[in-house]
Amino acid sequence: MTDSSVVSITAVSKSFGRGTAAIRVLEDVSVEIGRREFFTLLGPSGCGKTTLLRLIAGFETADQGRIAIEGQDVTQTPPYHRPVNTVFQSYALFPHLTVEQNVGFALEEQRLPADKIRTRVGEALEMVRMQSFARRRPAELSGGQQQRVALARALAPRPKVLLLDEPLSALDLKLRKEMQIELKLLQAEAGITFLFVTHDQEEALTLSDRVAVMQGGRILQIGAPHDIYEAPTHRFVADFIGDINLIEAEALPGNTLQLAGGATLSVPHDARGKVTLAIRPERARIAAAGAGHLQARVVHTAYLGTALLHKLALADGGTFLLRQSNLDASPLAMGSSVGVSLPAENLRVLVQ
Amino acid sequence: MTDRPALRRLGLLTPALATIAVLIGVPLALMFWISLLQKGDSGGVDWASAPSLGNYIRLVWEEDFDGTMIVNTSYLIILLRSVLQAAVTTGLCLLFGLPVALWMAGLSRGQREIMLLLITIPFWTNLLVRNYAWLIILREDGWLSQLVNSLSPVGPVQLLYNDLAVAIGLTYSFLPFMILPLYTVFEKFDWRLLEAAHDLGAPRRRALRRVVIPIAMPGIAAGSLLVFIPCLGAFVTPALLGGGKTLMLGNVIQMQFAASRNWPFGAALSVVLLALMLVVMVAMAIWRNRRVK
Ligand SMILES: Nc1ncnc2c1ncn2[C@@H]1O[C@H](COP(=O)(O)OP(=O)(O)OP(=O)(O)O)[C@@H](O)[C@H]1O
Ligand SMILES: [Mg+2]
Repeated sequence: MTDSSVVSITAVSKSFGRGTAAIRVLEDVSVEIGRREFFTLLGPSGCGKTTLLRLIAGFETADQGRIAIEGQDVTQTPPYHRPVNTVFQSYALFPHLTVEQNVGFALEEQRLPADKIRTRVGEALEMVRMQSFARRRPAELSGGQQQRVALARALAPRPKVLLLDEPLSALDLKLRKEMQIELKLLQAEAGITFLFVTHDQEEALTLSDRVAVMQGGRILQIGAPHDIYEAPTHRFVADFIGDINLIEAEALPGNTLQLAGGATLSVPHDARGKVTLAIRPERARIAAAGAGHLQARVVHTAYLGTALLHKLALADGGTFLLRQSNLDASPLAMGSSVGVSLPAENLRVLVQ
Repeated sequence: MTDRPALRRLGLLTPALATIAVLIGVPLALMFWISLLQKGDSGGVDWASAPSLGNYIRLVWEEDFDGTMIVNTSYLIILLRSVLQAAVTTGLCLLFGLPVALWMAGLSRGQREIMLLLITIPFWTNLLVRNYAWLIILREDGWLSQLVNSLSPVGPVQLLYNDLAVAIGLTYSFLPFMILPLYTVFEKFDWRLLEAAHDLGAPRRRALRRVVIPIAMPGIAAGSLLVFIPCLGAFVTPALLGGGKTLMLGNVIQMQFAASRNWPFGAALSVVLLALMLVVMVAMAIWRNRRVK
């Protein structure tokens, strides 16, 4: 555990069910989350994101491994004694309490004096710009407003870590974009570590300092959004985040890769046998027909405003996505034949 | 034209209003009228007597041999006992009903339906029969008495013919009326709220008190009313299990109409009972309105 890490998860495993019916939901998960970090768990539905969050909150207990918060082992600590708070996906606001009573709930549990509670509730509501709704009940609020109250309620007791389980998924796109920015600002203002869960890769990349990509109960890669996007270490990560082209190839000795079509590339690698090459649509180059590493024909072009996204049919079967800037003088025409060159510095060699 | 919908609504309501008037309004008015009259020479009602509040006065004062009025507390005591007995029964029903309802709400769908059936099965049997069953269990040679007495450190204990027996009998009879409304609330309860309470630092009991109970309050109130009100007027259970020694208001009323053949006094007692129930219900309504605000 490093000095600055707030949450430290070590070799945690979790199964649901017993005996032969047991399903492994988390497998040997280890993460260190730093102070004031906006850390995101990203992965497809059912990969165990919520389960990991619930383990940290204390709603589930790990079968194996250790969870520490601020250096304190909390593996066996009940949720009400952990210095973390959760923003639930369903908000879970108390329907019988007003907005201010909801926000003050945890402060009352901490037995703070009434005037102190009042000021802290006021501050929390101000942070999410909901002061004027203090006396309303949750049923009298819109979804976005409920979302803010849930945030204020979880922030009011000043947790060491705020856990957010897909807090924006119930909002419409416009509100969602607004809330994303607000969340980011809020985190900077409150100075609290955020552990955020989403299955929306764009959301993860925009908001996070670091992202952990999960699949099937394992963490595949942890890194800054830029690293995850530009330097995926797994085929799954490459495929899950953004558009990417995956090309099968054979690794030959001497830093040479041979494509199925016969073309060879010189790329530094230490792989052997079958590998997958990954390249982003904006990183491949257009070459003259007959030149480059791949031969293809334009079958579809999508106009994206700032760019064109061409769908190419490769000569040896398969498709390839190619992004062409709008600034390019000669846009590719539908049905035309092109060559595609794969700059070695833009290629990732994936073993899995 | 504007009053057409109002007129039509009145037309549609007529059957309901007529039923209420004939089946509830008229008997109530009749009972109130009788309570103001005198008892007939051979029991029943002397319809020709002048209406007076004499029967209500008799509840509290009685005429001494020399004609002075002295306070008679016996009816007041019975009234108080009835309220107490009903309150204790309501408390016991809540005590037993709350965990059962909570537990039922956590069962699988099929199991819940079986439990609901089991809870309603006693209603298929007559109340009298069920009370006799308790009579057999609680009397000296009953299995419960024998069990208790074999374990009792203070010598033989009498289980039958006392307030305890009545409380047991009433709690048994009215428990389903508590469980069912509570279960209805817990079945719809969003248990994520309990997790939210834990998350915000409330341990089990605090979360129960601050989140579960307040949200379940409508069910608790409904169940309590459904138990308290009929308990107040119960007479079969106190008569059988109380052995005639521990009277409740219901027994006194029943005696006036049957053995004493003093209908007007019985009617006056009934009016008092009704008023009492009304007070409880109004108090409850006011309290609930205050809570909502
Ligand atoms: N209480 C439970 N009992 C049995 N299985 C469970 C339980 N909770 C979760 N699971 C299983 O564990 C796996 C991971 O669930 P989890 O809720 O962590 O997924 P997730 O990554 O949050 O998915 P989503 O994006 O859909 O919310 C799923 O296959 C789910 O069916
Ligand atoms: Mg989830």
